Amino acid sequence: MTMIRDIFKRNRERNDPTIPSKAAKDVPEGLMYKCPECKHIELTKEMAKLQKVCPKCDHHCKMTAQERVESLMDKGSFESIDNHLKTGNPLGFPGYTEKIEADSKKTGLNEAVLTGIGKIDGQPLVAAIMDSHFRMGSMGSVVGEKITRAIELATDKGYPFVIFTASGGARMQEGVLSLMQMAKTSVALKRHSNEGLLFISVLTHPTTGGVSASFASVGDINIAEPKALIGFAGRRVIEQTVREKLPEDFQTAEFLLAHGQLDAVVHRHKMQNTLSSLIKLHTKGAVANG
Amino acid sequence: MAKKVQKSLPFEEPLIQLRKKIIELKEYTENAEVDLSTEINSLEARLEKLEIDIYEDMKPWDRVQVARHPNRPTTLDYVPHVFDDFIELHGDRLYGDDEAIVGGIASFKGQPVTVIGHQRGKDTKENVRRNFGMPHPEGYRKALRLMKQAEKFNRPIICLIDTKGAYPGKAAEERGQSEAIARNLVEMAGLEVPVISIVIGEGGSGGALALGVGNHILMLENSTFSVISPEGAASILWKDSALAQTAAEAMKITAPDLLEMGIIERMIPEIRGGAHHDPLKQAELLSEAIEKSLSELNPLNPEDLIDQRYNKFKAIGVFTE
Repeated sequence: MTMIRDIFKRNRERNDPTIPSKAAKDVPEGLMYKCPECKHIELTKEMAKLQKVCPKCDHHCKMTAQERVESLMDKGSFESIDNHLKTGNPLGFPGYTEKIEADSKKTGLNEAVLTGIGKIDGQPLVAAIMDSHFRMGSMGSVVGEKITRAIELATDKGYPFVIFTASGGARMQEGVLSLMQMAKTSVALKRHSNEGLLFISVLTHPTTGGVSASFASVGDINIAEPKALIGFAGRRVIEQTVREKLPEDFQTAEFLLAHGQLDAVVHRHKMQNTLSSLIKLHTKGAVANG
Repeated sequence: MAKKVQKSLPFEEPLIQLRKKIIELKEYTENAEVDLSTEINSLEARLEKLEIDIYEDMKPWDRVQVARHPNRPTTLDYVPHVFDDFIELHGDRLYGDDEAIVGGIASFKGQPVTVIGHQRGKDTKENVRRNFGMPHPEGYRKALRLMKQAEKFNRPIICLIDTKGAYPGKAAEERGQSEAIARNLVEMAGLEVPVISIVIGEGGSGGALALGVGNHILMLENSTFSVISPEGAASILWKDSALAQTAAEAMKITAPDLLEMGIIERMIPEIRGGAHHDPLKQAELLSEAIEKSLSELNPLNPEDLIDQRYNKFKAIGVFTE
């Protein structure tokens, strides 16, 4: 009996693309890179050239914020801001500060988002790039503050604001302060929007919870990377609540597109071009007869 | 004191025992013609002291239980006692009418206002209809429609927050739960009329915040506002939902906590032991708080209101430069 159950359990895990097992998806370091999806092995150098898209199965592997900058921005154009902000431990959670320091060392970031000013095809923009390698990309006070300041900078300069989301949601260890970052970023976005400025949200794997339920979902243009997991509530929670099996593609970018929640699903190799065109089409005088 | 049978909470047990004893003694006195009034008086004095000890020093977990009390007054319990001429308005004009959120127009001390609130059910049947006060996207979109309507007619908006959270269901995801909540946050930021958000029970995460981007956030003394339920926090942080009591303290989710953190403007005092002991009196206290907030916000022009909201939320967060 137990064995039969085990077989089903394993199958469910294997067939379930939206709950990746942690060990399999961790980015291996070194010369070779193994695709977490199809196990194809590729030279790390080659993978970087391919923007971490598997040449065999087209899986969009997780990128660090820095890799994202390199794959999108004009060479040398990106200047990061607010790297000096330091996370506190407002609820006094044991071990929280140490975890932040460890992830900071691991990623070279002060928090789970990298913000700054840069150019795509010579067009200036302010970008915020979340990094899921830092505390699952979760949003606490510093993430909220960095994103808010980035939006404010875009508003001041009259630049488009582009965010790449990758987050498990609000950060538990900062309690209700994390929740309030959803409101904080929203008030800043409203001001940016009122100036008639463009906001593009690019949802990458994974974008869930409080991040999905705030800035990620309210771009003038919402685009997502293929197969990215995007949703409000966790799959397990929903299955427990509704007591039914969810479709395999539930909460994927393609599922959201089919349900009218996204403007487009864009392949990573076309991301830079797409962003460039979108920004151009929103720049006064950049398009003939515009 | 309300006479109807109230579900008592574990922390109230000593009070229940003592009250029982007093009633027993009183009955005994009547029947046995023995004068025990001195004993009764001393026990009543002790009861008074014990009530103060227990109710004036409520632990976070006690407050969580009071906030979840099945008899705790809901939005529609307060509305007729706080407002006049309430007319409920239904539907989001897009999909349906979500009864987990109610809203409408009313007058508050002669001023037209829009009232919107989460709505739990009183019994199982009503709870099924109202989905236990956990909204779907159409609930938030109805709320936003009514807020925009209020803005057009220059009415202040009063939101009553009382939900475990937005509903985590398949249909909710398909219809854009995330977008519905996110849209409310952004649009509330830009409202040109005063917005007062009052947590009257549980303020569960994004589903609560979607009615919470107010100029003022107020909380009833025994209400909570949190990023996750104590049970959820315990199961994630310590893999054990039984540690909810510990989580309730660690997560700082009670009204006094949020007041101390500067997230809310004011805490509304509650009837001793909780609002359910005297909903009418509680409605008066709620009414006073709304009046106070409105008197501060009514004089502000649209631009000031938006700036005030901006500065309020911009200031929330703990970090060092």
